[in-house]
Amino acid sequence: MISIKGVSKSFGSNKAVDSISFEANDKEILVLLGTSGCGKTTTLKMINRLIEPDNGNIFIDSKNIRDQKPEELRKSIGFVMQHAGLFPHYTVAQNIAIVPNLLNWDKQKTWKRTLELLEKLHLTEDLLKVFPHELSGGQQQRIGIARALIADTPVLLMDEPFGALDTITKSAIHNEFKNLDELKNKTTILVTDDVVEAFELGHRICLMDKGQIVQIGSPAEILYHPANSFVKDFFAGNRLMLEYKIASVKSMESFLSKPLSIKAQEQLTKDANVWETLQIFSAENTFNEDYEQLLQAFNHYRKLQTV
Amino acid sequence: MTQQQSLWQFMVSQHEKLFVQIGQHLGLTFLSLLLAIIVGIPLGVLISRRRKLAASVLGTAGILQTVPSIALLGFMIPLFGIGATPAIIALLIYALLPIIRNTYTGITGVDPVVIEAATALGMNKMQRLFKVEFPLAMPVIIAGIRTAAVINVGVATLASFVAAGGLGEFIFGGISLNNTNMILAGAIPAALLAVLLDLIIGYLQNSTLKTLKKVLYIIFGIVIMTGLYFMFSAKAERKIIAGFTPEFMGRQDGDLGLRSVYGLKLNPLVVSDAIMYEAAYQGKLDLISGYSTDGRIKAFDLVVLEDDQTIFPPYYAAPIIKTQTLKKFPGLEETLNLLAGKINDSIMTDLNYKTELLKQTPEKVAKDFLVSSNLYKKANQGNGETIRIGSKIFGEQYILAEMYKMIIEGNTNYKVETKTGLGGTKICFDALMNDGIDFYPEYTGTGLLVLLKPSEQKIKEVSKDSKKTYDFVQKEFQKQYQLQWLKPIGFNNAYALMMRIKQAKELHINTISQLSDYCAKK
Repeated sequence: MISIKGVSKSFGSNKAVDSISFEANDKEILVLLGTSGCGKTTTLKMINRLIEPDNGNIFIDSKNIRDQKPEELRKSIGFVMQHAGLFPHYTVAQNIAIVPNLLNWDKQKTWKRTLELLEKLHLTEDLLKVFPHELSGGQQQRIGIARALIADTPVLLMDEPFGALDTITKSAIHNEFKNLDELKNKTTILVTDDVVEAFELGHRICLMDKGQIVQIGSPAEILYHPANSFVKDFFAGNRLMLEYKIASVKSMESFLSKPLSIKAQEQLTKDANVWETLQIFSAENTFNEDYEQLLQAFNHYRKLQTV
Repeated sequence: MTQQQSLWQFMVSQHEKLFVQIGQHLGLTFLSLLLAIIVGIPLGVLISRRRKLAASVLGTAGILQTVPSIALLGFMIPLFGIGATPAIIALLIYALLPIIRNTYTGITGVDPVVIEAATALGMNKMQRLFKVEFPLAMPVIIAGIRTAAVINVGVATLASFVAAGGLGEFIFGGISLNNTNMILAGAIPAALLAVLLDLIIGYLQNSTLKTLKKVLYIIFGIVIMTGLYFMFSAKAERKIIAGFTPEFMGRQDGDLGLRSVYGLKLNPLVVSDAIMYEAAYQGKLDLISGYSTDGRIKAFDLVVLEDDQTIFPPYYAAPIIKTQTLKKFPGLEETLNLLAGKINDSIMTDLNYKTELLKQTPEKVAKDFLVSSNLYKKANQGNGETIRIGSKIFGEQYILAEMYKMIIEGNTNYKVETKTGLGGTKICFDALMNDGIDFYPEYTGTGLLVLLKPSEQKIKEVSKDSKKTYDFVQKEFQKQYQLQWLKPIGFNNAYALMMRIKQAKELHINTISQLSDYCAKK
């Protein structure tokens, strides 16, 4: 668990982060969301001491991070950067093995773990001998994630990890990422300015503006119970899509007038959301009835949320 | 074709010397390069960390780089004496700037995203430097080493001025002796070394992105080359440390004559005449080849050894000029002859003393002399044609050039331009023949031995007597080059061997024969 307590940071006369406090729980993905310059990246970098705060304290599992040497602290925190930040003079295998080598792992262990991650991230073994500039942006980003995951640290920090990718690559990686079992046992903090990404990946969202936290809560809380008009306006452009996205088909079951057709149920994954299910149903005429059904159920569900 | 063949023959006949010089040349280049790497890379890293220092460090290295190499070598003598040490330090200074600058540029040019990634993954400063910054900056750093290596191969030719050896011995010896083959035997290998080094380091530079190991090979190679240098420069103990100019080394009336006539085998160091008097004074050298009218003999407490078997022919100075030039400038001959017979040995020594040790300008010394001997007239500010006076690169010739300038300007309407400091006999003579200059003061002995090169028999015949020498060169120059020797100025600036007065007295050496006997004793 990560606790941020009254942390501030100024650059010159500009207050980048203004005495903020929050907690990120075990096994959750907390998204720091906001426009550029809101202080989200500064906040993230203070957690692994790339930036030292002016005031306040940060605790990881109730240990103050100031009490550790920065290098030791960073070795216990996975870090994914916006532009992957791979070493251009290292092969992919060497890049993935940077932290294990700093930790003096034996080669066998590093190799085994590398192969394990490759499989989980849907990468092939022949990439290992290749240099980063020969990879596509999506591949580079996956290698960057593998590098951050390899030491299986309890904390993972991600600084706009998918920001440089095109929309299609992005949604493919989102899906894989959400389902990574590697994340199940860590505290992940992810910084993004992409509202949809925040809602797709975050268990909780922390919306920041001008160095301060505006609201922190689950996607549904933030969407249906905005703390003020800033929050409400922030999501106005994507509101409908977001509502569909945060509602799972499972939670619609009690609102359905009759169960979906067998054929339609076969199309659904375990935790499919209403948005993607409607997308599937709208593509085929045979699902017209199911489409209507689900839409009606969602309307019932939505009425209860806004109360 | 005969030219090429004889060059080849020269190189074959001198191959031992050539290999020693190449070895010394590489040794000087590599040892200084190694030191420059050891000093330059850490400095480059330092200023990439403390950017405020960058401007002053790079500025200082830049200023050092612009000091002319000869001048830099000159500064080194009082501090480090002669031999390899001052040469290596001077070369080190030249190599520093490209290495420091490229290290700085290379390291500051590493993508900050990669540095941040290295930091975020838990690397400490040293790990970041060695695992990330150095490997990524390496092509740029090696480019700097490459530049430095090529510069050093070139500058190392000047090492022969301070008795450090290298291919400069052939190059500058050849220029002094009017021996094209000797110049080429030094210049061609030097150029090849520069090209070869450039290619080798260039190859390493392009293939080094992936591994640091190759740099270790470079350093390993440098260490081997350095060892090579010491192997070649390891020399036997000498009773008398002699330092001769490159010119003296190759002349019959120089080291060759000392060997054949006096049986004096000294294994001398090759050194520039600009520094050898001081080196003798400081005891770095015991015996030097100087000129009998040099002002520094007096200043540095040196004594000229008597040439009891007369191997040094007379060196009476007189202007030499094309016959057709004399026709072109009527009255010039009479004007130049105004100085004839006016300056004897002791006056010339004194004039040299004034410029070289009292640091008066040649212009002032020339004017003072002309005024005191009633030859000075105010310049006419004439608008006639321009006469160009040449001079070789030593003090006496500067003074003579100034005197001729004042005399011509005082007595005729011609304008005068001086082209002083021409590098040696060959350069002066070629300039004269190609109408780059109109006349310059030459010495009868040089005319005989360096320019005419008659048979040994003939040399023996004419060189015992100054009149015979003058008549012979006068006649032959007229015949071969259509050049006139005007009347001699009066002094005889012959070669002379000289020692410190104190040492000569202790060893009871007054003549060259006595020196030879002393050296032959076990």
